[in-house]
Amino acid sequence: MKNGARQRGKGAALAALFTCALFSTLPARAETRPARVVSINLCTDQLAMLIAGKGQLLSVSAIARDPQSSAMVKEAEGFPVNHGQAEEIFLQKPDLVLAGVYTTRATVGLLKELNIRVEQFSPETSFDDVKASMRRMGSLLGQKARAEALVGQIDAELDRLKRLPRSGKLAALYYANSYTSGSGTLAHAALEVAGLENLAARLGIQGTASIPLEALVLAMPDVVVAGDRDYEPPALAQENFVHPAFRALIEHSGEVAMPVRNTVCGGPFTLAAVHMLRAAAGQELVSR
Amino acid sequence: MMASRGYWLLIGGLAVVTVVLFVLSLALGPAGIAFGESLSALFSGDGGPIVLIMQEIRLPRAILGLMTGATLGLSGAVLQGLLRNPLAEPGLIGISSSASLGAVLAIYTGLSAAFPLGLPLAALAGALIAVLVVQVLAGSGGVLTVILAGVAVSSFASAMTSLALNLSPNPFAALEIMFWMLGSLADRSMTHVWLATPFILAGWLMLASLGRALDALTLGADAAASMGVDLNRTRRFAILGTALSVGAATAVAGAIGFVGLVIPHLLRPLTGGLPSRLLPASALGGASMILAADILVRFVAPGRDLKLGVLTAIVGAPFFLWLVWKSRRDLL
Amino acid sequence: MSTSLLDIAGLNVDLGGASVVRDLSLNVKAGEFVGLIGPNGAGKSTLLRAIAGLVPIGGTVSVAGDRLEGLKAAERALRLAYVPQEHEIAWPVPVETLVALGRTPHRSNFALLSTRDRQVVADAMARMDVARFAKRPATALSGGEKARVLIARALAQDTPLILADEPAAGLDPAYQIALMRVFRDLAGEGRGVIASMHDLGLSARWCTRLVLLNGGKIVADGSPEEVLTPETLHAIYGVSGFFGVADGGLVVQPLDLVERR
Repeated sequence: MKNGARQRGKGAALAALFTCALFSTLPARAETRPARVVSINLCTDQLAMLIAGKGQLLSVSAIARDPQSSAMVKEAEGFPVNHGQAEEIFLQKPDLVLAGVYTTRATVGLLKELNIRVEQFSPETSFDDVKASMRRMGSLLGQKARAEALVGQIDAELDRLKRLPRSGKLAALYYANSYTSGSGTLAHAALEVAGLENLAARLGIQGTASIPLEALVLAMPDVVVAGDRDYEPPALAQENFVHPAFRALIEHSGEVAMPVRNTVCGGPFTLAAVHMLRAAAGQELVSR
Repeated sequence: MMASRGYWLLIGGLAVVTVVLFVLSLALGPAGIAFGESLSALFSGDGGPIVLIMQEIRLPRAILGLMTGATLGLSGAVLQGLLRNPLAEPGLIGISSSASLGAVLAIYTGLSAAFPLGLPLAALAGALIAVLVVQVLAGSGGVLTVILAGVAVSSFASAMTSLALNLSPNPFAALEIMFWMLGSLADRSMTHVWLATPFILAGWLMLASLGRALDALTLGADAAASMGVDLNRTRRFAILGTALSVGAATAVAGAIGFVGLVIPHLLRPLTGGLPSRLLPASALGGASMILAADILVRFVAPGRDLKLGVLTAIVGAPFFLWLVWKSRRDLL
Repeated sequence: MSTSLLDIAGLNVDLGGASVVRDLSLNVKAGEFVGLIGPNGAGKSTLLRAIAGLVPIGGTVSVAGDRLEGLKAAERALRLAYVPQEHEIAWPVPVETLVALGRTPHRSNFALLSTRDRQVVADAMARMDVARFAKRPATALSGGEKARVLIARALAQDTPLILADEPAAGLDPAYQIALMRVFRDLAGEGRGVIASMHDLGLSARWCTRLVLLNGGKIVADGSPEEVLTPETLHAIYGVSGFFGVADGGLVVQPLDLVERR
């Protein structure tokens, strides 16, 4: 029938139109993928190394190769390093520079004046922050799929960990200069997921702040986690670790090393911190 | 004035050294641009990467090095002449520490993150407030009163800065404050130049006009006054001129010490001791010192971001040891 | 006719709450070499500083006919030169540079020394016999040499009136007398010199006029013979003295303390 054919024709045309419209919007919705990315901050270094596509990330900061601070030293060795100076960054002709909010103000300002796009990330203080940073990184780098995959992995592991029995043991994080990580820090989040109670949070400490040795000893925590105990080279800041009262506490509770590189920046490696903490609490990593 | 040929040779020599260091500062950097190319890029309008590097990265750094050094040298010489004390320097009247406090507060309160010029403006405000306080405290008292007022302001500002460091909410902010206080010219832009220049020039004008008054002060306050020198105006110009120029310089470069102390001291014997002759020599000497130090920081430890203030301190401290050693021998 | 170089009427000076000079009136003409004498604390230094415009005053002071308040500091510096008691020299400048500082009121800020400036400076140095130290740092001189250099500076200022606070202190007898001669000659040229002195013998012999101050007031004013008498020595200084004439000049030599009754 002529009418039917015309109807089908119209339908096909409409379908074609619709498909065209779909495809024409796709490029706009398809991610812009910056071809040349430079990272000048440790945390953005690590996220970028995880999420960027091949050849997308041009250089990372020198500190990414420092085993004390970086959780991804091996990967960092596969990239050239930069020293966060505007001139050397400019020479790499980046489409995008990744920095922290505390990166040298002058450098960030100068890069912006040179019409280079700079995106700044705040330090993460929770696993939600970590996931948000990863998603943002994915979006900035045009690698949303990759970022989502990583987020998914983290979520899966977090779920699994949450279903494991909690030991409820009291843990104290203790760093050089008698600092601890209270509530609102990534280390605290790791402790919680590991099923431990954070002494600092119990004492009402927020953020990274100092904890009196007295309070530490009085509480007699079940687990003492020394953060940067063997930082090379030694510093006066580490005197607190040799204090007799601290040593006595260690005799009782034992001391566990948890390198800060897993919690200074947020990433999948932060989960390694959780595993270490669970092990420290004498708990299995898998449920029976 | 019986201004010997020796003096003009000195000034000429210092000027040449300053120019050479300025050009070197322009020519040296991570980009490894050929010398001729780098200089011609300064005048080019084509907006290519080399031009951008030269005009927007290296030029402001060199200009600020020149102006900061000249400011510190000049104000050091003026203050030494005013207070008739070879140990005087801009820090003595509390300008540097107050500028630092202003900057630190800007970092601490997040003001510097809110808008890019927040930090330099806050530092400048700190310097000018210090001037007001010193003027009020010192009143129309003599040299000793001014020094005491300056020490009081300086101590207070340092204490407040330490407090801010102590209470700073996170280690990143504390680190940022600390690095700022070590002094640096890295990655300054022409914006910093435009911000600092008017204040620095205004300060220079005030300071440079004091040559004759400072010469007369060689004979003491009474004799100088009897020769027609307005002591109050001289002191006001010296302090205000220092506040404007050193305040602005500190605002963009952080706290850089020793230059204002060492340079006039070193050059005084070569200028016969007369303050008016020391002023231009100190300005040039200071400019040379900072330019040289800024070139050194780029090459001594390029990866480790050596700070300018650290380098000047490394030079300044042994200089004092040498001074002590020398004067001990003179006393014997 | 002698011009009046200095006219003081009803001068009052308070320092630190105490009245140091009280209701003092004085007139000095060109050609006078005035010795300002009196015991410690009489107010001699303060009087000189008041005339030089260095302290706030009550009453009027006129220099060469013009009231002090009406004069700008620079104008005042062209009419009177002041040599303070403290021999402050802050920096090791060459002697000729130091003396040349006396030309400050005559020069504008950045001007170099003119030929006339240089001539005046050379004359001043020759007059005070310090020309041979011209290139030496002033701080390397002996006390007496420094004192002469500082007076040379005042001479280089080339003013009608010269005020000097204890200029003869620390000088050898030869240089003391040479200085007195210089002041006497300056007075002879038509200038005026007011010098505070402790040495009664010197002042008696060389000054054309003595003004004796005590407790902030003038207690005697006249020729040395009129002012320095056994009575004034006794009453004001508390000493007895020898009075004589030698080589055409008055000789006064304090001898011993007098018991105060």
